[in-house]
Amino acid sequence: MARSVSTQRKLVTTVFAWAIGIAIFFPILWTILTSFKTEAAAIADPPVWFNFHWTLENYATVQERSNYFRHFMNSVIISGGSTLLGLIIAVPAAWAMAFVPARRTKDVLMWMLSTKMLPPVGVLVPIYLLFRDLGLLDTRIGLVIVLTLINLPIIVWMLYTYFKEIPGEILEAARMDGATLRSEIIHVLTPMAIPGMASTVLLNIILAWNEAFWTLNLTAAKAAPLTAFIASYSSPEGLFYAKLSAASTMAIAPILIMGWFSQKQLVRGLTFGAVK
Amino acid sequence: MGRITLDKVRKTFGDVEVIPPLDLTIEDGEFVVFVGPSGCGKSTLLRLIAGLEDVTSGQIRIDRQDATDLPPAKRGLAMVFQSYALYPHMSVRKNIAFPMKMAGLPQDEQDRRIEAAAKALNLTDYLDRKPGQLSGGQRQRVAIGRAIVREPAAFLFDEPLSNLDAALRVGMRLEISELHKRLATTMIYVTHDQVEAMTMADKIVVLRAGHIEQVGSPLELYNRPRNVFVAGFIGSPKMNLISGAEAEKHGAVTIGIRPEHLGISTESGLWKGVIGVSEHLGSDTFFHVTVEGLGEPLTVRASGEVSLKYGDIVWLTPNEVNLHRFNAEGLRIA
Repeated sequence: MARSVSTQRKLVTTVFAWAIGIAIFFPILWTILTSFKTEAAAIADPPVWFNFHWTLENYATVQERSNYFRHFMNSVIISGGSTLLGLIIAVPAAWAMAFVPARRTKDVLMWMLSTKMLPPVGVLVPIYLLFRDLGLLDTRIGLVIVLTLINLPIIVWMLYTYFKEIPGEILEAARMDGATLRSEIIHVLTPMAIPGMASTVLLNIILAWNEAFWTLNLTAAKAAPLTAFIASYSSPEGLFYAKLSAASTMAIAPILIMGWFSQKQLVRGLTFGAVK
Repeated sequence: MGRITLDKVRKTFGDVEVIPPLDLTIEDGEFVVFVGPSGCGKSTLLRLIAGLEDVTSGQIRIDRQDATDLPPAKRGLAMVFQSYALYPHMSVRKNIAFPMKMAGLPQDEQDRRIEAAAKALNLTDYLDRKPGQLSGGQRQRVAIGRAIVREPAAFLFDEPLSNLDAALRVGMRLEISELHKRLATTMIYVTHDQVEAMTMADKIVVLRAGHIEQVGSPLELYNRPRNVFVAGFIGSPKMNLISGAEAEKHGAVTIGIRPEHLGISTESGLWKGVIGVSEHLGSDTFFHVTVEGLGEPLTVRASGEVSLKYGDIVWLTPNEVNLHRFNAEGLRIA
């Protein structure tokens, strides 16, 4: 018998869920609203909500003062590059850990995760010096490498979890059906793992896109991505909230749109019908 | 051809010996059933033959060729898994075609075999569906179809019917037996269900803790169980095993008598007992009768409907010809 839920209870849950949703979205909404205000309206007290003079002036100023497109391209290359490189390393690693586990596999996984517990600032100086000596400071390739390494534990963990969910019997069936390791991975494992791989890729692009510590500390002008672009608007010359908001909106817009379009695809997943 | 020989095959997982050295020959075209309680090593044995597990020592020969170190793909065997293990992202047609695609068969040959298999298994209308859109029985048929098209040296079945409901199970059992008669290919079938073993097998291999307890035709096992374990395992309901004074009268430590070999009467007989629970199946009635001095209640089969009720006093008489005698080691005497 299905559990009946009273209308009243449903109402309370709905209101509660919406309240949390709005609370989470509010800072983004406020940033977007502020980006259309004049600097005076942006710092008005009490704050104005929608009833202000809407202007695109901030966007124009931001475009004039800095090269958005170059920062954007840097962000795309750094987040895309680090995700791709990470996948190339992580797929075989996760495959091995999920399907040919050894006695220490769990320990290796935990150890990899433990690297995420280290405060990045703790290794800033050694990495900075290494980068200086290797000539990697303010280069895209340098950031691709550092972000790959930072996100690699997460990629391996996520892929491992998705691979684990694929029933071993299906891969064994492929082996019995005469598939070599290569055709097993291409024809059976990969198609079944695509939803998992897609969400791993998306999450990593988002993480790399938003990563601010290393991108700010290891770049100056040439390789600076959008995080540096935003930071340049919270400068000592005084806080200009409206321009800062315009820069922020421009920086988060691409990733927001990407997330919006892919969420359905990612949530849907694959329905396993082969195994009871 | 599909003659499979196991020669001193042994398997350990770490320090645990799952299969002690074991010899077995499966003749070409035979339907062999591995049966035994859970954890007896029957599935491991099948997986060793399939090549999905490596043998620790010993040799496996398929058609006189040493296959011990061959990968599963090269052994020419097809396997049907308990979970069906269909490829969820492929249509039924592509699932069935997969082994042929891997073998690089020409497309028209593939199509011909798919059509034939689909027709034989009643899958023609479902070829373009995904496994997720099929019922349990249909999925099982797809798994069998995928095995047939390869024309393997032998079929391996790993508890293929355990996920099906009772009615479907009986139907599929017949279909698999029918398939074996038609193809005359070696089949090795693993189950814990002794009814499946009895009804399908040419030869039953009873396993316990990795050891072969007895190999023989279903009736051999039924009529002449080699030891107490096989006696208790084969036959439904179970054979009644009696030890103590009554067994000593027959010069044995344990005697066994099947429920169908016990006569029941309300007037006279050898053992006096009280009826406990009775199970009415229509065709048969099973009585659980407590006889003083014999320990566990005895199960008695009466043909048709017999009107005896809880608490009635009855007399039981074993049919001496069908009495099984076992010694102190649990082995059959004569």
